[in-house]
Amino acid sequence: MEIKVDEKTCTGCSLCKNVCMYDAIEITGKLARINDNCIFCGACIDACKFKSIEITGIPEQDFDFSGYEGVMVFIEQHQGSVAEVSYELLSEGRKLADTLGTKLYGILPGYDLKERIADIFCYGIDRLYIAENEIFKNNIDDIYSKILVQAINRYRPDIFLGGATSFGRTLLPKVAAIIKTGLTADCTELSIDPDKKILLQTRPTFGGNILATIITRNARPQMATVRPHVMAKAAINQPDNNRTDNYLKYAGKIEFLKFDPLNFKTKYKLLSQEKESGQSINLTDYDVIVSGGRGIGGPDNFALIKELADVLGGVVGASRAAVDSNWISYPHQVGQTGKTVNPKVYIACGISGAIQHLAGMQTSDIVIAINKDPYAPIFKIANYGLVGDLFEIIPRLIKKIKSGKSSI
Amino acid sequence: MENIFRIIVCIKQVPGTTEIKINPQTNTLVREGIETVINPFDTYAIEEGVRVKERIQQSGEAAEVTAITMGPPQSESILREAIALGADKAILLSDRAFAGADTWATALTLKKAVKKIEGWRLIILGKQTLDGDTGQVGPELAHMLNIPFIGYASSIEEISFQKITVKRLAEDRYETFEVRLPAAVSVGKDINIPRVPSLRGKLKAKNETIPVWRAVDVELDEKDAGLPGSYTQVIKIFTPKHTYEVKMIEGGPDEQADELFKKLKQLSIV
Ligand SMILES: Cc1cc2nc3c(=O)[nH]c(=O)nc-3n(C[C@H](O)[C@H](O)[C@H](O)COP(=O)(O)OP(=O)(O)OC[C@H]3O[C@@H](n4cnc5c(N)ncnc54)[C@H](O)[C@@H]3O)c2cc1C
Ligand SMILES: Nc1ncnc2c1ncn2[C@@H]1O[C@H](COP(=O)(O)O)[C@@H](O)[C@H]1O
Repeated sequence: MEIKVDEKTCTGCSLCKNVCMYDAIEITGKLARINDNCIFCGACIDACKFKSIEITGIPEQDFDFSGYEGVMVFIEQHQGSVAEVSYELLSEGRKLADTLGTKLYGILPGYDLKERIADIFCYGIDRLYIAENEIFKNNIDDIYSKILVQAINRYRPDIFLGGATSFGRTLLPKVAAIIKTGLTADCTELSIDPDKKILLQTRPTFGGNILATIITRNARPQMATVRPHVMAKAAINQPDNNRTDNYLKYAGKIEFLKFDPLNFKTKYKLLSQEKESGQSINLTDYDVIVSGGRGIGGPDNFALIKELADVLGGVVGASRAAVDSNWISYPHQVGQTGKTVNPKVYIACGISGAIQHLAGMQTSDIVIAINKDPYAPIFKIANYGLVGDLFEIIPRLIKKIKSGKSSI
Repeated sequence: MENIFRIIVCIKQVPGTTEIKINPQTNTLVREGIETVINPFDTYAIEEGVRVKERIQQSGEAAEVTAITMGPPQSESILREAIALGADKAILLSDRAFAGADTWATALTLKKAVKKIEGWRLIILGKQTLDGDTGQVGPELAHMLNIPFIGYASSIEEISFQKITVKRLAEDRYETFEVRLPAAVSVGKDINIPRVPSLRGKLKAKNETIPVWRAVDVELDEKDAGLPGSYTQVIKIFTPKHTYEVKMIEGGPDEQADELFKKLKQLSIV
């Protein structure tokens, strides 16, 4: 494989050099030269106005994927409650299946599920494969991977999707490695190439500064994990709260997978599971995140942030500065070395907006920033900015929310 | 050199993202002064490797840390940094044939290399990279080596020649697992606070010869490496179109709180 610059058409204009992330292009004598740092990412090829750069020698093979059909979604649950991202994936999966004119399947391993699965059928699923057994009580990678591999091998879906949760992000790579297929992590956009009918998987890298579209070129299924909270949840018929009879109503769409639990040996011994007391740490589960930074001034003041989060039905986030000062625990940290979140509303309080913080939250739908420094970089990416003292603004805001009315 | 507890730390060189900015006029990257650094999470992996080594040594056994990276020749510098930080040995996997690798091809290349290293009991990785940002290399590598993998470790509770107990962060909870060694773990920022390089370490880093392993050295067929060995392929890279237009909410705290309250109402948040 080789990357080549056509000496006849290259003008040495530097467009390619400007987009190269890897210091792999030098311009000498009005000619671009590509050195050994190149990782073949293709950014320069897109950037070149003269079509002077070309990657050659990628083995072209014809693959026959005609045996693969349908979109399958891994429905993630923990102790019986289904992860929100699974509904989002079913909604997206339905769209992809419609575009391809094919079916939407779900695969749900779990334990003690029956009454709780009715909602799944509100998303236009054609068939739900259930594997119900005590072995699935805890979310253990090697046990879950076996049943997913079995389902994929048996039903041969063309596309397989799972949530980019911490479980999904360790489980699906294992499944992909066993099946021997590609996996694209953390997608934020999925679509179908109209000509080739293949899955175009778009995902952010470099903290959302760049987007890459990726294809699975030579294996099936085309597998992707999808970021929670990105795809819209679109129930086709409204979930009905009377869950007890729901399950049987959908019996025609359910198939119980046959398997022998004795074959599901695990290398993992789960010694304990504990929740952090008091505060939820699962930031990606919430529509509203209220984050505090160094401007909060100290650990006790996080109570104010928590109160605002509570009245908004949200969760508490933090900047690294706040976490490193031990004001709040690490699972709350948002950013490059913390969590990536994209809630409907992100309220940054006393956070300057360093690029590493932005990397974890700039894809939020609405960003509200409260900061006393009018030049804080957070205002550059905010939708609404409030220059002022958070200790004066937030208590007033809480009061208004609690009373439900504005005073002016 | 028998019965040595070898810890392999996988590290990657990434462009330091601090400097990456988008030129709003041309919507292209401003790449002046991009420096390359050790992937931030991998610095915790190195530190944890050194700490495990010290723990094993305290129990009177021999232990060593080997840092490996697959990357272009210039990646050698992060291996020297790893040595300065306490790694004993380093191996650079570098070959034109490795370029363009996706996580699968990366994991396969690392697997081939690990197989050549004697006495390894534990592999430590960062939980994800800045550029790839997938966290897939760890679980894929572990599967290829047929060993258990525990992701997002926030502490190594116990370690011996036989087994390891790891507490890790799951969605909304901590889970503690025990697995037999050899095993692989990936670590986040909460696992430790990396030390600064020691003088002795810096000296060693300067003088160490770092072997370079090519595809042939790890018995990797070129068709299984790099882009040809990858299942996925990047077909397009572009910068997202952000249209940020900040609306400032002015006035004193009373008016600001009021205005924000109205906005939240409009957004159906309250
Ligand atoms: C490799 C690497 C990884 C990193 N990863 C992350 C990450 O994941 N997440 C992250 O957040 N950071 C990360 N950082 C750190 C980042 O660079 C910043 O240092 C950090 O985000 C700053 O936190 P801050 O905004 O809370 O603090 P500061 O930058 O100190 O900002 C505090 C802000 O509070 C304002 N303020 C003070 N008092 C008040 C008040 N009473 N009312 C209103 N406003 C007030 C100030 O004007 C100021 O803007 C990383 C850095 C590196 C090098
Ligand atoms: N080229 C590489 N060389 C060595 N280790 C790597 C490489 N790529 C990834 N890793 C390791 O795998 C982890 C996860 O990477 P990623 O799957 O790219 O997010 C990193 O933190 C490293 O520990």
